[in-house]
Amino acid sequence: MNSAADQLLVFVLLINILILGTRRTNIAIRAIAAQGIVLGLLPLMTHSFHSHILIITIFVLLAKGVCIPWLLLGALKKADSKEDLQPVFGYSGNIIAGAITTVLAFVFAAKLPLAPIHQGLLIVPASLATILAGFIAIANRRQAINQVVGYLMLENGIFIFGLLLTEAMPLMVEAGALLDLIAGIFVMGLIIRQINREFSSIDTSRMTALREVE
Amino acid sequence: MLILLLTTIPLAGALVTWLVPSGHRRPLVLPVVACLHLLLSGFAIAQPSAPLMNGWICLDAVGKLFLLEFSALFAACAFYAVNYLQYRKERNNRGICTGFLVCLSAMTLATAAHHLGLLWLAIETTTLSMAPLVYFNRNARSIEATWKYMLICSIGIALALLGILFLAYATVVAGLTPSLILNTLQGYAPSLPNVWLNAAFALMLVGYGTKMGLAPMHTWKPDAYGEAPGLVGAMLAGGLANCGLLGLIRIYQICISSSDVHFYKTCLIGIGLFSIAVAAIFLVRQTDIKRMLAYSSVEHMGLFAVALGLGGKALYGVMLHLIGNGLAKGVLFLTSGNIHRAFASKNREFARGTLKRAPWTGALFLAAFLAMTGSPPFLPFASEFVFFTAAFSQGHIITGSLMALLLMVAFLGMTLTVVPVVFGDPPKDRERTRYRETFLLVAPPLALLVVLGILGLWLPQPLYRLVVEAAGLLEAVR
Repeated sequence: MNSAADQLLVFVLLINILILGTRRTNIAIRAIAAQGIVLGLLPLMTHSFHSHILIITIFVLLAKGVCIPWLLLGALKKADSKEDLQPVFGYSGNIIAGAITTVLAFVFAAKLPLAPIHQGLLIVPASLATILAGFIAIANRRQAINQVVGYLMLENGIFIFGLLLTEAMPLMVEAGALLDLIAGIFVMGLIIRQINREFSSIDTSRMTALREVE
Repeated sequence: MLILLLTTIPLAGALVTWLVPSGHRRPLVLPVVACLHLLLSGFAIAQPSAPLMNGWICLDAVGKLFLLEFSALFAACAFYAVNYLQYRKERNNRGICTGFLVCLSAMTLATAAHHLGLLWLAIETTTLSMAPLVYFNRNARSIEATWKYMLICSIGIALALLGILFLAYATVVAGLTPSLILNTLQGYAPSLPNVWLNAAFALMLVGYGTKMGLAPMHTWKPDAYGEAPGLVGAMLAGGLANCGLLGLIRIYQICISSSDVHFYKTCLIGIGLFSIAVAAIFLVRQTDIKRMLAYSSVEHMGLFAVALGLGGKALYGVMLHLIGNGLAKGVLFLTSGNIHRAFASKNREFARGTLKRAPWTGALFLAAFLAMTGSPPFLPFASEFVFFTAAFSQGHIITGSLMALLLMVAFLGMTLTVVPVVFGDPPKDRERTRYRETFLLVAPPLALLVVLGILGLWLPQPLYRLVVEAAGLLEAVR
């Protein structure tokens, strides 16, 4: 547990704001890949070196840094529009909401009872802020790929919280969770291709056939 | 060890269905696996439960009841699928056969998982394996439903994972040896810090509640149930929704052993009543039979939540109702699939007079509707009766009265749709479809209905003991 880890977490928070503010989908995907790589390096900073930690690092780097972004870029290549449509509350609204939730995450995290060794670390506020940013991205974006990016931010926030528990959680469950994440993104990537084919667009706000009849 | 075999057999079956090139023969694998699974499940349920693999795996009484329900429902669906997939020759059935079997394997694992991480993994796998099945019809409406299903359920299950991490962290803060094994956590519960335990419970209630379809996280449900084939709807309503319930029951078992249970009970009763109310409102003007069944599922998941919140005698009802609700939903969805085939519509405007067009299907649909809404002699009558006596005898007068009122509204709302669908006159201006009733399309739902009727009148001694034991596991450990 040291300042290097805290610096990396600040970097993660900045990437959150970048993703919330960017118009171009391919930048959002590359940013989430960068966030994944930072997350992969974090366990090396926060824990003493151990083969168990090294396996997690390699696995996370491969999954979050390489595989998932590659799947998403593949889905984007097949889509017709490379830019997202105007979010419901605009890009500045997105950034302001991201900033407010980050502040709230810090205020809230200060009130939580933590174990003595975890006092004063950025892990809990950074985790909560990333989860909330993920929710904003999912709710306020209209393009399917950007909603998946938001979902990835949500997962990344959960992963950051998991750093407090690397010793407590058996490796198998973590690996399984990541594997399921990849499978989930893969299925979502396939669905995005189908949405694109059916609606000739990946704008989810066009999907309005299923609703209660007035 | 039997439980591990039960998990691997469907996986092996999935591999076979993936490799078989002939779309005609492939569905035959389903009933073979289903029979084997049902038979071995019987043996596994008869055995005394013993923990395996450091307590990660243990088929306790709660798990046994879920296993019984899953296996019976799957068997009915498997036999039905053989004939149904012949009707849908134009579609490649590799995805649906393989997805079904992977899902069965994951559901079996979930029943025996005593490690919360493993349970989460199994439940997440059921969600993923069903995604291609919701998209079976390959059109714009089904892709919209699949997208909502995938995105909302994934977010929900992610929140449940966060809840599990919170729970693990609670043990760290309390200075205990970190563990995610159910029985260990039950022992820890009184000494865990309240903030973390409450947060973990809230997250898992939202997370597994999304999977169950509790309001307001239910929005994916009418779309997915409405657009998926009836066969898939049966597995979603009787299998996957119950997997979410199993997740909720596991965290309930931990929280109920903590020092202050007021928060959990209030949350459960509140979200349960809200779900029943939302379902009742949307049931009143529902013209689409599959969407109607989806809201009925929301209603019954709400009942489960209320009953868990009530505790005491209601827990016995929960265990009965999980079998009653699961099997009745199976009958309703399988027969609604037949109605959809018979009229090429699932809307009461066009799908009218099933009794005249497809008499067996019509009669079964009507009987299952009566069973679902709590008419004697079927099993849900017994379980809903237990819920009401528990509510009133334990002093929850307002909860009990609200529940009764909302269930009445839901019943009347469903009647408005079911009566024309069953008794009306078939539309004359529409062409007749090539659908003909066959033995395999009618016998599986009939078998489930007969089971429901028998269990409603007479609960065999071993099953009764299992239900009582399971209800006992939901009480606080002291």
